[in-house]
Amino acid sequence: MSVTAAKSHYQSEAFARRLRARYAAERNFKIAGIAAIAIASLMLVVLLSSIVTKGYTAFWQAQVRVEVTFDKAQVEERNYTAILRQGLYAQFPEITERGARRTLNELLSSGAPYELEAMVTRDPSIVGTTRTVWVRADDEVDQFVKGYFTRSGPEAERRLNDAKIAAVDALVAKGALVQSFNTTLFSAGDSREAEQAGIWGAIVGSLLTLLVTMSLSVPIGIAAAVYLEEFAPKNKWTDLIEVNINNLAAVPSIIFGLLGLAVFLGFFGLPRSAPLVGGLVMALMTLPVIIISARVALKSVPPSIREAALGIGASPLQTVTHHVLPLAMPGILTGTIIGMARALGETAPLLMIGMVAFIVDIPHGWTDSATVLPVQIYMWADSPERAFTERTSAAIMILLGFLILMNGLAVFLRKKFERRW
Amino acid sequence: MQITVLVLILALLTVIGFQMGRTRAAASVGGRVVELHSVPSYHGFYVALWAGLPALFLFVLWTASEGWLVMQMVLASLPSRLTTGDTQSLSLLKADILNIAHGISTGRESDPDVAAAAKHYNALHAISGWSLLVIGSSLAALGLAYGRQHIGPDLRARNRVERVVSIALIVCSMVAILTTVGIVLSLLFEALRFFSAVSPLEFLFGTHWSPQMAMRADQVGSSGSFGAIPLFAGTLLITVIAMVVAVPIGLMSAIYMSEYANPTVRTWLKPILEILAGIPTVVYGFFAALTMAPFVRTMGQNLGLDVSSESALSAGIVMGVMIIPFVSSLSDDVINAVPQSLRDGSYGLGATKSETIRQVVLPAALPGIVAAVMLAVSRAIGETMIVTMAAGLTANLTANPLEAVTTVTTQIATLLVGDQEFDSPKTLSAFGLGLVLFLVTLSLNMVALRVVQKYREKYD
Repeated sequence: MSVTAAKSHYQSEAFARRLRARYAAERNFKIAGIAAIAIASLMLVVLLSSIVTKGYTAFWQAQVRVEVTFDKAQVEERNYTAILRQGLYAQFPEITERGARRTLNELLSSGAPYELEAMVTRDPSIVGTTRTVWVRADDEVDQFVKGYFTRSGPEAERRLNDAKIAAVDALVAKGALVQSFNTTLFSAGDSREAEQAGIWGAIVGSLLTLLVTMSLSVPIGIAAAVYLEEFAPKNKWTDLIEVNINNLAAVPSIIFGLLGLAVFLGFFGLPRSAPLVGGLVMALMTLPVIIISARVALKSVPPSIREAALGIGASPLQTVTHHVLPLAMPGILTGTIIGMARALGETAPLLMIGMVAFIVDIPHGWTDSATVLPVQIYMWADSPERAFTERTSAAIMILLGFLILMNGLAVFLRKKFERRW
Repeated sequence: MQITVLVLILALLTVIGFQMGRTRAAASVGGRVVELHSVPSYHGFYVALWAGLPALFLFVLWTASEGWLVMQMVLASLPSRLTTGDTQSLSLLKADILNIAHGISTGRESDPDVAAAAKHYNALHAISGWSLLVIGSSLAALGLAYGRQHIGPDLRARNRVERVVSIALIVCSMVAILTTVGIVLSLLFEALRFFSAVSPLEFLFGTHWSPQMAMRADQVGSSGSFGAIPLFAGTLLITVIAMVVAVPIGLMSAIYMSEYANPTVRTWLKPILEILAGIPTVVYGFFAALTMAPFVRTMGQNLGLDVSSESALSAGIVMGVMIIPFVSSLSDDVINAVPQSLRDGSYGLGATKSETIRQVVLPAALPGIVAAVMLAVSRAIGETMIVTMAAGLTANLTANPLEAVTTVTTQIATLLVGDQEFDSPKTLSAFGLGLVLFLVTLSLNMVALRVVQKYREKYD
């Protein structure tokens, strides 16, 4: 307040006006703070709800009931397409014309014959019998049943023509087209056909990558933290290491991808798209995070513990391994889990080392071609089909589920083992 | 397969070595372990290290050099008509041999000599694997026997083991340095190759970016042009939009949480921001591309504006949301570090809470907040997934946030994804961009971290 304020009496009109203005400013400032938090929370809610509303239907998949006869001759010819189609046509005896029957064929997934083949391989005794089987519907039919495609409007602009809609309606009325739990999503690898695409391959790839990351970055990170915190002399060299680690933690992740591309693929000639390389790159990326959090945990162990151990004759290394490390372990673990969660959600560096390839098979080893969950999300997000949008959201939900699980574990560990000295 | 067996054998031998060393040490003094210089378990570790370490070194050296050696032997056995060529055709030949050897189809008819070379490669590879297995396990066994001989009451096992351990600790702490060196060298090396084809001045100051190289020499516009100014401008535009979103919201939430909110409210609000920070960037990218971009577009159309479906605005807003928790947690730390005495002094003079914050706390915290914003900027510049998924791909020199722009990271990602050839200026330009990105973010981080440290010291 200015010097002239001294002239006015504290009960004067001018004083009251200034006070009101100051209180109004106070209120507005507080409201601005609340608004900021409200906006942040709103964005979170919008983000999560848009993903859930886009994707929850992906956990169901339309299935069509077909009575098929596993004719011996046809099975021997491996002509499962014919077996399936005969069963399908039998449900529509009134449709005999070629073009109309082609429309019927398009109701089923192009992978449906393979389902029949798998059934025969599993149980050869069904050859020659007639069975009721449920096969996956085509993704467009699936989306139509879920109500994403309109049934009105000009036929040319619709995804499904009138004949197809009529056939779908007939099947639904008979109870031969229902939605059931989408097991394919959890058991299959990638596919160009949405109804045959699953995330199991990506989950396995993520697990393999994460295992490599963990087995490298956790021991190296803890060892580096122990050295820097407990043994390192304070000199220029350790200062350099420290500054270096702090800067490395803030280097953009895509740079680590370039490093992996140039060094692991270019120089060492390791295979592209392999979980081994992905894990190596992620390990280098998470290392600074783990070192920093482990150092914080080590720092929080009081010096009296070390002095007591040294006082009764333990060597410095014994002091650390027998006393300091076990006491710091909960904190280190928490930091490690959070670092791993970050690695699980990371995408950009893996694009650089070729984990973005279209891979149908489930990976079995460290050097198999594989993809990971976030990259799978990235690839599906690029696919124009509505069914892939839905599956992308579902994959995001599963990824977020894993992340919540890991972070929840970290919080639980912190709450359970945290010690205040 | 041989590697798995070798690892298992090594693990087994070290465990045996540990047990052997321990029991032998105890036996050497007839069970009176106080007469030993070191406790028996240190003797165990001593033998285990002798069993494990030499074999481990051999294993690492072998696997690092094997690929190169085997390839040289294969190349030496090839007829000279294949191996006499420039480096490019040679690296293509190597890639072909590797692909055929790994059973990956190269997509074209392969030369019978190359196919034979691939067979030769596989045979040599198998021989190498088996010899590594045999030599490695015998080395481990020898080491075990050698270490075991030393065991006795006078062996200073603890000192020796601790020496090895402390060397291992130092090596581990140097991995971080090596990573930085690796980043700098790989970026520099590839970027220099790029700059030998494209002048650095053209790259840094050119205004036309179209990295497509022609398939044939006579094609129109065959040279490709690498003026990166549009990319820098696009990155800057999106970063500015992100900061406009993130800084006010992040800063105000930090102020509210540290100055106004009571502890119960804080325990509820903090996790919200932490969740925002924990969401993977690919999810933000999906959100930006499929929810935010159509929303911005519709809003723009309602206002009579022509908004691109890959507008800088939608990518920038979502990136801003991603950075909110980053800004808020850093500023939270900074604000909490301002001593309470400063606030109390201000209250004592009759200032309201907001006046105290604006005129005392924020000026005192300013260096730290500036550093936080710099770190946030470096984060925004380096963010890849949101812009790759939601921003455009074509370079566009504009300051209009409603148009599509492309960024440095988007270009790096698109230039290198799914591209096998490693020699064209097109792929190498990604390393040039990477070098610029690295240098810019590094200098931002260095300055910001220095400022934060100075600031902490001021109030500690």
